[in-house]
Amino acid sequence: MTELIKYTAAETATAIAKGEVTAVEVAQAHLDRIDAVDKKVNAFLHVDREGALAAARAVDAKRASGAELGPLAGVPLALKDVFTTEGIPTTCGSKILEGWVPPYDATLTKRLKGADVVILGKTNMDEFAMGSSTENSAYGPTGNPWDLTRIPGGSGGGSAAALAAFEAPLAIGTDTGGSIRQPGAVTGTVGVKPTYGSVSRYGLVAFSSSLDQGGPCARTVLDTALLHEVIAGHDPLDSTSVDAPVPDVVAAAKMRDVRGMRIGVVKEFAGEGYQAGVMQRFEESVELLRELGAEVVEVSCPSFTLAMPAYYLIAPSEASSNLARFDAMRYGLRVGDDGTRSAEQVTALTREAGFGAEVKRRIILGTYALSSGYYDAYYGSAQKVRTLISRDFDAAFAGVDVLVSPTTPTTAFRLGERTDDPLAMYLADLCTIPSNLAGNAAMSLPCGLAPEDNLPVGLQIIAPAMADDRLYRVGGAVEAALNDKWGHALLEEAPAL
Amino acid sequence: MPGITREEVAHLARLSRLELQAEELDHFAEQLDVIIGAVARVSEVAGQDVPPTSHPLPLTNVMRADEVRPSLTPEQALSGAPASEDQRFRVPQILGED
Repeated sequence: MTELIKYTAAETATAIAKGEVTAVEVAQAHLDRIDAVDKKVNAFLHVDREGALAAARAVDAKRASGAELGPLAGVPLALKDVFTTEGIPTTCGSKILEGWVPPYDATLTKRLKGADVVILGKTNMDEFAMGSSTENSAYGPTGNPWDLTRIPGGSGGGSAAALAAFEAPLAIGTDTGGSIRQPGAVTGTVGVKPTYGSVSRYGLVAFSSSLDQGGPCARTVLDTALLHEVIAGHDPLDSTSVDAPVPDVVAAAKMRDVRGMRIGVVKEFAGEGYQAGVMQRFEESVELLRELGAEVVEVSCPSFTLAMPAYYLIAPSEASSNLARFDAMRYGLRVGDDGTRSAEQVTALTREAGFGAEVKRRIILGTYALSSGYYDAYYGSAQKVRTLISRDFDAAFAGVDVLVSPTTPTTAFRLGERTDDPLAMYLADLCTIPSNLAGNAAMSLPCGLAPEDNLPVGLQIIAPAMADDRLYRVGGAVEAALNDKWGHALLEEAPAL
Repeated sequence: MPGITREEVAHLARLSRLELQAEELDHFAEQLDVIIGAVARVSEVAGQDVPPTSHPLPLTNVMRADEVRPSLTPEQALSGAPASEDQRFRVPQILGED
């Protein structure tokens, strides 16, 4: 029997249901692992030992009573610290929310609890999900388990690192411009940005409301699908929630057959700035899809070259409005309230003390883009680009079932390498941003190690909105073929921590 | 497209309620100038006759019935308040002395 922490989520749930192991033993094994390695990795901002063990005991009691257990009952999960959790601190990686304990659960949190998933704690992230390296966290960066001197991606670097370090078999991320997929790519794990509106944003602290989407992260495609099924679905508490059935992602993950599928390679995702080893593994994946019986064609999406500029106008604009709620009045930090200062002065002093540099930069950039005189040229044009990108996707999906590309142009870069060059940092999201702007579904899954640095490379699969099942069909087939070829899963090659 | 000046950044910071330090202003003005230079490419499409997209879903005005439902208690709602008094948020003065 392999160690409990190496089990997939599906294996864990089966073992618990069969009585081969208790949920408490599983939770304890993961808490022990966190104790052993998280000082090095820094994936968690808060570990809820008592809550996790109590939830695990409840699963064991449920089983003892003869009640049927759900497909993820008793499986531990690492939750990105951007979802509210009743009674458990929620910081969004920011000093402005240090010590804040939400009085309510996000819908996603409620769904996890309803499925008897065991929440181990809250994971590190770039402050308010703004970043691609987790270095913008006010609580220190997370290390990449493949090489602790490198970034684990961001903003959901804590969730991805927790998976790669075997601290949890499941994690939750949020993806506004790539914050699930890019961390997945650089840590050799799987992450999915579901169709916009298919996972509730109620209780997800807003960064850019028209782009933010919560989603599942795991070490295998099937585990990701099982988690997707738990968290997706209509929520009346989120006015942008899609009221439509969730595609059968679990069945799709089990199909392992891409024969007859048409797959498009996006021409624009290549060239300058793309690492040779990343392109090599990507091209091998495309060849593999051909061998597996898919038809591969090249497609052109010319507007994608304007996606990054449009994103860095739209997301900061929405953020400048969303983050106005941090006013030092109702919750969070309050600085400088000495009885002589006005509310306005206290707000400005608090935001100065509580926000980090990237958040301030984006608030100012968004305020600029929305100001009169610039609105049409910047925000207005960015919204037109958004239409053009959706049209490019529509045209592409008229001829193919899914699109593929590298998830991110390079493997994990070194901590500190891009912290003082915001534009260089923004390039990490070049291939992931178009799906956020269009609101469709996308996955990243590991497709090998780049030969020049032995670091994981991610394959991105993009499907039309509400066709999330296609991601799992293609991803499941690629994963199975690659594991066959390697004789093991990619994470087996990660160095011991 | 014109760049952004230190004075403009100071003005935007005031509008955004951010009490920036002098060295932050210098640093941000330099960085924002570079960022705006890079994102200004979107204005290539400014003249094109393309409808704007503000949101990926064609949803408008999702309504619900106006019914009394369970909600947070005053204690829960005030649980994160920096200061409270008589079941209310206590805030610094919002009006001048005179």
